[in-house]
Amino acid sequence: MATAPVLGTARAWLLSPAPASRTQARFGRWFRAWLGFRRNPLAMSGLGIVLLLVLMAVFAPLIAARQAATLQVLADRLQPASWLHLFGTDELGRDIFARVVFGSRITLTIVAMVGVIVVPVGLAIGLPAGYFGGVVDTVLMRITDIFLAFPRLVLALAFAAALGPGIENAVIAIALTAWPPYARLARAETLTSRRAEFIQAAELQGASPFRIIATQIVPLCLPSVIIRLTLDMAGIILTAAGLGFLGLGAQPPAPEWGAMVSSGRQVLLDQWWVATIPGLAIFIVSLGFNLLGDGLRDSGDARS
Amino acid sequence: MARSLANRAARSLFSVGLTFLGLTCVTFFIGRVIPIDPVLAIVGDKASAETYARVRAEIGLDLPLPVQYWRYLMKVVHGDFGNSVITSHPVLQDLLQVFPATLELALPALFIGVVVGVPMGVLAATHRGRWQDQAIRLLSLLGYSMPVFWLGLVGLLLFYATLGWVGGPGRLDVGFDDIVSPITGMITVDSLLAGEYDVFWNAVSHLLLPASILGYLSLAYVARMTRSFMLGQLRQEYVLATLAKGLSPWRVVWVHALGNVWVQLVTVIALTFGSLLEGAVLTETVFAWPGLGLYLKNSLFNADLNAVLGGTVLVGVVYIGLNMFSDLIYPLVDPRARDQ
Repeated sequence: MATAPVLGTARAWLLSPAPASRTQARFGRWFRAWLGFRRNPLAMSGLGIVLLLVLMAVFAPLIAARQAATLQVLADRLQPASWLHLFGTDELGRDIFARVVFGSRITLTIVAMVGVIVVPVGLAIGLPAGYFGGVVDTVLMRITDIFLAFPRLVLALAFAAALGPGIENAVIAIALTAWPPYARLARAETLTSRRAEFIQAAELQGASPFRIIATQIVPLCLPSVIIRLTLDMAGIILTAAGLGFLGLGAQPPAPEWGAMVSSGRQVLLDQWWVATIPGLAIFIVSLGFNLLGDGLRDSGDARS
Repeated sequence: MARSLANRAARSLFSVGLTFLGLTCVTFFIGRVIPIDPVLAIVGDKASAETYARVRAEIGLDLPLPVQYWRYLMKVVHGDFGNSVITSHPVLQDLLQVFPATLELALPALFIGVVVGVPMGVLAATHRGRWQDQAIRLLSLLGYSMPVFWLGLVGLLLFYATLGWVGGPGRLDVGFDDIVSPITGMITVDSLLAGEYDVFWNAVSHLLLPASILGYLSLAYVARMTRSFMLGQLRQEYVLATLAKGLSPWRVVWVHALGNVWVQLVTVIALTFGSLLEGAVLTETVFAWPGLGLYLKNSLFNADLNAVLGGTVLVGVVYIGLNMFSDLIYPLVDPRARDQ
């Protein structure tokens, strides 16, 4: 910062070296992280892609007609791109653009559902392990190690095959193999603050272990867990798309991107767009999450 | 020191055993929850209740769960995964037959990943923050984000269908099938052993695209990890000391620093190899490559439970083995790890 912020502005309030309240200090910290993050063009483009994906999913019905995603017009089969069909049509005459737009909802749903399962499970295993130590730690971490040594995709495959194809089962299958890193992370973060004086103060005041974990330790773990989750999102999207490609994810006629690539395989050589465009969507979205997570990790590093 | 090494081996063996138990527990559990009735599959739905009960008892489904698990475990330990429904061979025999094809794909990919990825990671570390670092970071992130099945299709479209530079799906052109009798199961090796050079070059042309694609994906991971390990080394004081002594920077980076990094890289390489094996399901589907992945996928869609679970156990065992290998190799090459 070459020039000192003008007094009285929001910027001055955020960057104040002597915050007057806890809220001000917290917002100030976030703002400084954001200033660092903003200087990273790769990370910013990642943020842009992810925001675009969210907007596309939320406003899907405004961007493309809902029926177009599933409407079969056999007379219009395998049309190349045109003004009427921006990305052409597939082997059943469905508009690929509309399907890609509505497919973003499925992708976001899967990612969000996996995140909602994986983070609490990881915390529930990792926090007690780090806090209590001893036998609890050994048992919980052994279980984590076992799951960590599993081949992820193959196990997800076996689960999806056992539970039957479908989005929910794909989510369960991915979540079952994705939680161990979070448990390890939560344990490591707990260990670093376990002996801190503010924890001891809380203990002396008679706070229960549950209360200490929930109010003191969880907030400390969350930043690194969120960064890890962002970096994992790309992997989750790729695994989900892979399951979809194999026919074990969302079922037709749902416009799932992986399944769309798979159905375009038969006409790859003559109508390349049917398979390549949904695949491009998968690639761009997972690249977005990777760039964003990478940038977040860098600005997280700078803080510590 | 020898004692601590033995200790470590024992501990490692214990955790391997535990992980193996966990793995078989999961596959056993999957075998139980699959909504296919194995009794019905044998007797058919016209059988009387009496026959049904008899067959049920014969395959041991009336026993308590722990006993059933124990029986399953004993079979797995002896390599008995039952018979495949499709091929009607024992699953283990099938697995061993398809495994070399997967290996033939994974080994060159791993080679590319290490030979290209490690120097790239070193370069990124020595040029931290400069354009070389950014370019390599972007290249890695692109690799991380690439759906392998899509990259395979685009590659086939471009290099096979349009440009004709590489062979298409499968391991050989139809005309070259069955010329070489399998010895190792890897066509490139077998054809060289038999002196059939036409077959060899044909096999290479088919191998080129999938191996390069998998190689690129491994390279992304290897380069990334090499960079962060190297940054850790270059920060150390011995680097400064050797430079001050007058050694060339080139020697310090590529010999001294990289020499210390190899230990950590072994783990990364083992993990990469593991992910290549499991990623085979998607690659082999795209390239019609008759290896472990395609076998698993086909079994999956024919409800061939024994084959699916056998394949899962096999990949899991290789995975666990790789983990143990990197765990054990650590103290052998790094004296610092022995004291812990």
